[in-house]
Amino acid sequence: MKTITVRYFAMFREHAGLDEETLTIDANDAADVFRATRSRHGSSEPSGHCKVAINDVMASWESPINDGDTVLLFPPVAGG
Amino acid sequence: MIELTTSAIDPDERRRTLFDPGAGAYSSFEGWIRNENEGKRVLRLEYEAYVPVAISEGEKILAEAGDRFPHLHAHCVHRTGLLEIGDCAVWVGVSSPHRDEAFRACRFVIDQIKVRLPIWKKEHYADGHSGWVNCERCARSA
Repeated sequence: MKTITVRYFAMFREHAGLDEETLTIDANDAADVFRATRSRHGSSEPSGHCKVAINDVMASWESPINDGDTVLLFPPVAGG
Repeated sequence: MIELTTSAIDPDERRRTLFDPGAGAYSSFEGWIRNENEGKRVLRLEYEAYVPVAISEGEKILAEAGDRFPHLHAHCVHRTGLLEIGDCAVWVGVSSPHRDEAFRACRFVIDQIKVRLPIWKKEHYADGHSGWVNCERCARSA
């Protein structure tokens, strides 16, 4: 089990009803974290449209998760 | 240089930062807030950004543009917060020795900005509803 901080933005923050939370979960990669938060907060957004960063660095869904990481979940972006 | 700001963007002021005696061309793009999206009347827009990653990813995009187009100067400014119809939401400016690189570099930068930066926009509609724009069109055209 790993203890991580998850931060939510825009639509994800509104779905979760919070900016961030600390979770202790059995996660190997970022995709595991996304799945865990999706079932926790009932979001149906597929990961293919979303992005993830770990400790303020853009990452992929296959990026490994370490104890103490901060995982940033970005819903589909819409700049410009 | 990439910047996120809650203040109005002044394109003329920004343009002056790109002057270079070796530059024979300047190209820019401004994204404006329009009053309609997918058949809904839009009253205003709200931009949210995660600044640390938006800046680092934006700097990467500008560096990639510099690698593709030699002797390029490229800047980008993106607004955050509440914007009204007609406001400039994003400005990209580039200068280079010749026009072809200027046009292409400007297009490259704005296209990458739209699909890579952690920036989100919420539209507020005339019917009282609001919604996050999920930008699937942008991803498809990238």
